[in-house]
Amino acid sequence: MPVIEVKNLSKVFGRNPKQALKLLDQGLSKDAILKETGNTVGVNRASFSVEAGEIFVIMGLSGSGKSTLVRLINRLIEPTEGSILIDGEELSKMDQKALRQVRREKMSMVFQNFALFPNRSILENAEFGLEIQKVPKEERKKKAKEALDLVGLGDYVNQSPNQLSGGMRQRVGLARALANDPEFLLMDEAFSALDPLIRKDMQDELIDIQSRMKKTILFITHDLDEALRIGDRIALMKDGSIVQIGTPEEILVNPANDYVEKFVEDVDRSKVLTAEHIMKRPETVNIEKHGPRVALERMREEGLSSMFVVDSKRNLKGYITADDASEARKKDANSFDGILKNDIPRVDKGTSMQEIFDIIHDSPIPVAVVEDGKLMGIIVRGAVIAALTGDGEVNIDNG
Amino acid sequence: MANTGMLDFIPQIPVAEGTETVTDWLTDTFAFLFDPIKEYLTIVMEFVAETVLMGIPPVILILITAVIAFFISGKKFGLAAFSIVGLWFIYNQGHWDNLMNTVTLVLLASLLSIIIGVPIGILMSKSRVLEAILSPVLDFMQTMPAFVYLIPAVAFFGIGYVPGVFASLIFATPPTVRLTNLGIRQVSKELVEASDAFGSTGSQKLFKVELPMARPTIMAGINQTVMLSLSMVVIASMIGAPGLGAEVLSSLQRASVGTGFVAGIGIVILAIIIDRITQNMTRGKAS
Repeated sequence: MPVIEVKNLSKVFGRNPKQALKLLDQGLSKDAILKETGNTVGVNRASFSVEAGEIFVIMGLSGSGKSTLVRLINRLIEPTEGSILIDGEELSKMDQKALRQVRREKMSMVFQNFALFPNRSILENAEFGLEIQKVPKEERKKKAKEALDLVGLGDYVNQSPNQLSGGMRQRVGLARALANDPEFLLMDEAFSALDPLIRKDMQDELIDIQSRMKKTILFITHDLDEALRIGDRIALMKDGSIVQIGTPEEILVNPANDYVEKFVEDVDRSKVLTAEHIMKRPETVNIEKHGPRVALERMREEGLSSMFVVDSKRNLKGYITADDASEARKKDANSFDGILKNDIPRVDKGTSMQEIFDIIHDSPIPVAVVEDGKLMGIIVRGAVIAALTGDGEVNIDNG
Repeated sequence: MANTGMLDFIPQIPVAEGTETVTDWLTDTFAFLFDPIKEYLTIVMEFVAETVLMGIPPVILILITAVIAFFISGKKFGLAAFSIVGLWFIYNQGHWDNLMNTVTLVLLASLLSIIIGVPIGILMSKSRVLEAILSPVLDFMQTMPAFVYLIPAVAFFGIGYVPGVFASLIFATPPTVRLTNLGIRQVSKELVEASDAFGSTGSQKLFKVELPMARPTIMAGINQTVMLSLSMVVIASMIGAPGLGAEVLSSLQRASVGTGFVAGIGIVILAIIIDRITQNMTRGKAS
């Protein structure tokens, strides 16, 4: 069962939301509805579900409705229509008491501008959620301290938030959210107010914390690079609607429409694509069946100057060059003994393109993509360049 | 003449008479309420002024004030020294008892204003309708010349301490209400959201987030209320409230510049001490 399941969720701000919903049904755009009725469509029929343990990113530009969407999920904003299921329970029909209970036990929120209480110390800030639940003082102090230790601020408990830098403040925000031990975190542009270097650290740390604690995270951002970096899955929003949901690769490689395509056009693809996406099916010779003559013939056919050598189980044995193969043929040799070279640059499927640049840069032969000793594919320089421009063939479906 | 004739299309509207009728009706109808209030409040105030404040030797009271001033102004000597010299001067001029009466009036009037004003301000911040209704009422209360409040005060409570407190209550409460409302409305939206998102109840949000955050603004309102109480308490001497104001009034009636000036200086000294102490209460806790 998904942790969060959102079905047909809509929010219209204004005097006559029902009328605006009808117009939405008739296919009118957000702008047309604003003009006609004066109502603003915040979220338009959003449906998605977040599975336990995943980082689900909602990504969109400002005004796309992503902040409204996250506030609908903890009902800081009341939905106009649709349903929100938290662990299968309908949130939108709960009374205030049940809603408070869910907010206290199941979810925590991290805010863009940290929302720390300036009149409380770091420890008291981290304690806030537990204090609201009336957890005894000693116990909540202990839990808050643990959460602060987790984000690396264990030594700052008595400081005031004003004494900390932006990155540290957001760590306190994160600790405050974690201290409750919630099932999932709602992070609203949590790193957007931080400078780029700190932001990257925080992203790494979040991924690290997530992998240790297995929290489900719903992360809102306007930064596509951030979404691609931390998201297991990404939902792209535009004008209140979800345009596409998919893994980072799916979104990059198979944009659902022009909007997504335009959006991802400027992305630094080298950060997202890995060896798996750009490798080609290798031309090989089998060490158990073939000799230098076959190898030379194959190289001539394919127009290659070297070729990888594998055994029947596709274990990579080495490579031979055309020059060595023709020398061997002159000597009438029947095996690759003596000419098999083994200084092959190897990467695994998950190696990012950025790392491949460095390897392929000074290698005369293609890079081998290897998994458990087996040759999965090869990467040639041309493929790397083609993939970066966005025109190249990129294989997404074999993963 | 033709023009004024046009304006005379109906006879004068009896607003003054109407107000009088209403006031008389209130006085008669609520006499059962006003009389005991007057009685008990008078007892309390006489006790505070004559038994407590005048019972403590002036030297001790001056020293206590100086110590409070010293600590509240962040361990600086300026205000403490001023309190000692100023209060001693009032004592020296023979106005000590008058000072104690004025202090009692100000204390009680401000205390009641705060007790009534802060909750109203909180309610006002939670309801847009209430804010729309109360804002013009507060404007009215503050702009009406303060003297006017003396008239119904006398009707309801006769003369003495209590009508003074009543008039001062009406005149001095608005700043506390207004600034409490403003302070709570100004609490950053994200902090309120944070408090809600962690599952606060309404009162947890109010006491753990909104009131602490609004505190400096509310204290600024309270400071204004205390100062307005002081000014009103002086005016209230016209309806028999005892204190430094009464001294000024009698000097006015006898055209004696000297005694009027001395009593006036006494009020200024008291005003400065009260103002600095309440202002420092705002800053001291906020930073």
